[in-house]
Amino acid sequence: MFNRYIPNATEENRKKLEKTIGIENVKALFSDIPQEIRLKKPLRIPGPLSELDVRRKTEEILKKNHSIKELTSFLGGGIWPHHVPAVVDEVSSRSEFLTSYTPYQPEISQGILQALFEYQSMICELLDMDVANCSMYDWATSLGEAARMAARVTQRSKFIIPHFISPERLGVLKVYAEPAGIEVIEVNQDLQTGQIDLEDLKEKVSKDAAGVYIENPSYLGFLIDSPEAIAEIVHDAGGLFIVGVDPTSLGVLRPPGNYEADIAIGEGQPLGNYMNGGGPLLGIFACKDEKSLVRQMPGRIVGMTTTRDGKDRAFCLVLQTREQHIRRHKATSNICTNEALCALRAAVYMSLLGRKGFRELGEIILSRTYYAIKMLSEIEDVRVPFFETYHFKEFTVNFDGTSKSLQEIKRELLKHGIVGGKPLIREFPELGQTTLLCVTEMHTLQDIERLHRSLKDILEA
Amino acid sequence: MKSFQQAKWPEPVIFEIGSKGRRGYSLPVLDGNLRSMLNDRYSIPENLKRKADPDLPELSEVEVARHFIRLSQMNFGVDNGFYPLGSCTMKYNPKMNDAIAALDEVRWIHPYQPEDTLQGMLKIMYKLASWLAEITGMSRFSLQPAAGANGEFTGTLMIRAYHAFNGELEQRREIIIPDSAHGTNPASASMAGFDVVIVPTDENGCVDVEALKEAVSPRTAGLMLTNPNTLGIFENKILEIEKIVHEAGGLLYYDGANLNAILGKTRPGDMGFDIVHLNLHKTFSTPHGGGGPGAGPVGVKKHLEDFLPVPLVEFDGERYYLDYDVPHTIGKIKGFYGNFEVLIRAFAYILSMGAEGLEKIAEISVLNANYLASRLSKIRGFHIPYGKDRPVKHEFVLSCSRLKSETGISAKDVAKRMLDYGVHAPTVYFPLIVKEALMIEPTETEPIEEMDKFIEVLTSISKEAYNDPEKILTAPHNTSVSLVDEVKASHPRTLCLSWRMYKKRIEKLH
Repeated sequence: MFNRYIPNATEENRKKLEKTIGIENVKALFSDIPQEIRLKKPLRIPGPLSELDVRRKTEEILKKNHSIKELTSFLGGGIWPHHVPAVVDEVSSRSEFLTSYTPYQPEISQGILQALFEYQSMICELLDMDVANCSMYDWATSLGEAARMAARVTQRSKFIIPHFISPERLGVLKVYAEPAGIEVIEVNQDLQTGQIDLEDLKEKVSKDAAGVYIENPSYLGFLIDSPEAIAEIVHDAGGLFIVGVDPTSLGVLRPPGNYEADIAIGEGQPLGNYMNGGGPLLGIFACKDEKSLVRQMPGRIVGMTTTRDGKDRAFCLVLQTREQHIRRHKATSNICTNEALCALRAAVYMSLLGRKGFRELGEIILSRTYYAIKMLSEIEDVRVPFFETYHFKEFTVNFDGTSKSLQEIKRELLKHGIVGGKPLIREFPELGQTTLLCVTEMHTLQDIERLHRSLKDILEA
Repeated sequence: MKSFQQAKWPEPVIFEIGSKGRRGYSLPVLDGNLRSMLNDRYSIPENLKRKADPDLPELSEVEVARHFIRLSQMNFGVDNGFYPLGSCTMKYNPKMNDAIAALDEVRWIHPYQPEDTLQGMLKIMYKLASWLAEITGMSRFSLQPAAGANGEFTGTLMIRAYHAFNGELEQRREIIIPDSAHGTNPASASMAGFDVVIVPTDENGCVDVEALKEAVSPRTAGLMLTNPNTLGIFENKILEIEKIVHEAGGLLYYDGANLNAILGKTRPGDMGFDIVHLNLHKTFSTPHGGGGPGAGPVGVKKHLEDFLPVPLVEFDGERYYLDYDVPHTIGKIKGFYGNFEVLIRAFAYILSMGAEGLEKIAEISVLNANYLASRLSKIRGFHIPYGKDRPVKHEFVLSCSRLKSETGISAKDVAKRMLDYGVHAPTVYFPLIVKEALMIEPTETEPIEEMDKFIEVLTSISKEAYNDPEKILTAPHNTSVSLVDEVKASHPRTLCLSWRMYKKRIEKLH
């Protein structure tokens, strides 16, 4: 019997191979598996199906997903809808990239190596950092690794984070920190303005803080307006300053390297990657060019060098003595497979936007954000935004003054074909009936007006 | 032999091309009123504004497209040719799976959407998890881990949580790992806070059982094992190993990087393993993307279900939902629920194969490996140190230590010369217990003709080594670039990790 993916499955081929090896039947090759553990009956899984039937069946199941092409969604919170230029898909679907492994043999893999070097380089420009690795799994695991790196570099064990942080990132951070003996401590934030309580921070950054982590923009969309002051506090205490960013903000917002971040991380998904129901994503990880930092970085890094004969510029994986396949249990991290293809997509995206494009993208997102805030704040009894400060791309809407619960509003909006943001009641009960909304360049003014109208209808009904 | 020639474009780094004012992407026009709002009271505070634009290149779309298409031509994937990279299972990646992963209902869904609008995704995840459980003989799977190493970390954290729950973590500090293990195993154990104890390999290429008996103690937290191991040999004393570790109170962890060989033949669960991780980007054919994304689901037996990461996907008979109610969960191992765009490809692959197809994968991948092993070990200068008198499984480790001592040609030299013939090199110098190792895994998707060409390549390299070694020592000749200076690349004085570092160095020189 033939199998479309297994060329030598034909009887003729199989016999030829068996004959060369000198066996009667392929089954002989499994004779060393002890009788007790051999599978006695076939696996209970469906198939085999033809290509046509697999496609039909899978598409039929997928019909039960409602993509944001049919819904109007204002969901963000760590994964955001952004337009993906067609060139990005074209490049990342090239088989030479798509079906290659990690570039262990640099001479035959210059394409992906150069592209990843360019990704690292452009991320550095965007973040104003010197060195970036060629990806972690996502923002959350970048944070986990950053905490562990800070602890290794400083030989300290406390890691300070803001109170308002994504549950995804907090969850992963705790899991990464605990076995390394790192204590995760929250610093207070003002409930009116969202700003970090600097007095509380000073108190908590005692001698044993490995690092202080902030996000700009924060998980709830508001900006932290005193990053230098925070940098100073942590540096005076001898810890590392770690900043998390949304890269689409960096055409308009000051980059973390500009306010003394030692390590900068973030989510690279909005740079030319789809939301994909939550993965794959792209963990950004960058640091300053200091030996003590670079040698402690996790993950693959591509370097630029030359050929041995000095004739050509060339690229290869570098500083591999940090990594698991050489250093084994002393490695800086166990990561090997990363999100290289997503990094490639980000490289293409950043090349397309270029020097001016990020400013324009940032401005359009800012303007949409403010338009949405302005429209929604016209609705009676709705508090928009919850935090009285500046926002980028995301903002909070509080319904405590209305007679409806978040759940009711969410349900009603869905009837209008709108996904109205992420309820925060479980994560931050102190915010009351508050939801997190996101607008990007993909949201038209009409989308925002429709949200406004629907909310008004629901609340005034 | 007909030679191969890879494309060689004199392609500059992207920062060196383009021209001021060019752009490859246009955004919707910013409404006039909104623009004035930006400059007005809504603008961001002065001290948070970016002053200088990022120093990114300025290119039109055509320049970006050409640049990256040229780079792609200087890369080598499974679609270009044979890729026998041992333990990486570089099998062909069916195109239909990519087509499905590109549908709007995959790309344009947000993980925080109401569950009612994600029933398709949740159903696929639920089904895939249950199929993986059936294939491995485990009770329940989490699809959250992003890659094999992320799965291993999940597993070692569950070992930690299990012993902590039983009040034994203080005492159980050690994870036992064979000396033939993948480097990730000790790294993952160490990340979860364990000490690593290495057990040696016996003369048959299997775990030295007597040494294992010596190694276990009340300090043992668990054992991490690959079976078939990295020598491609099935650990046939697995039940004895299982008994030794379990009786000492440890858990058994199965590194599923090497599952390909046993699909439909035997199952880690039946061998007595408590925890399993799988690499969907290996056994289940999802493309490796030049280094990722992958997916590393983790499966456990009943007694460890309560420790799995959250959320799990559940089905109440009518609808699928995310279940956060896992009593002793280790927490979250990555953001959200898993690499769905990868998971759906594995889903489609398993449906295409069915039970009989999966068993066929095991049979033909093992048949191919034994075919290559029997032919390659006859080539002058090469031999297979382990597993001579028994069949290998999906891969085997060829040593060229004789070639090295007789001609000076090393495994690395052989690997570089292979590239000249348009085949990717095997994994070299791994496992560490074999001298001058070339670890070869043909997978089930290589036709006989390709394998025969590979045999011809190695035969020719052997002849060259004995007659004209210069040709090998100066290899590769037919790739985009010749031998890359990797020492210089990592040397502190010449280390260059970004264009910015490069520019700074040039400035310093002048």
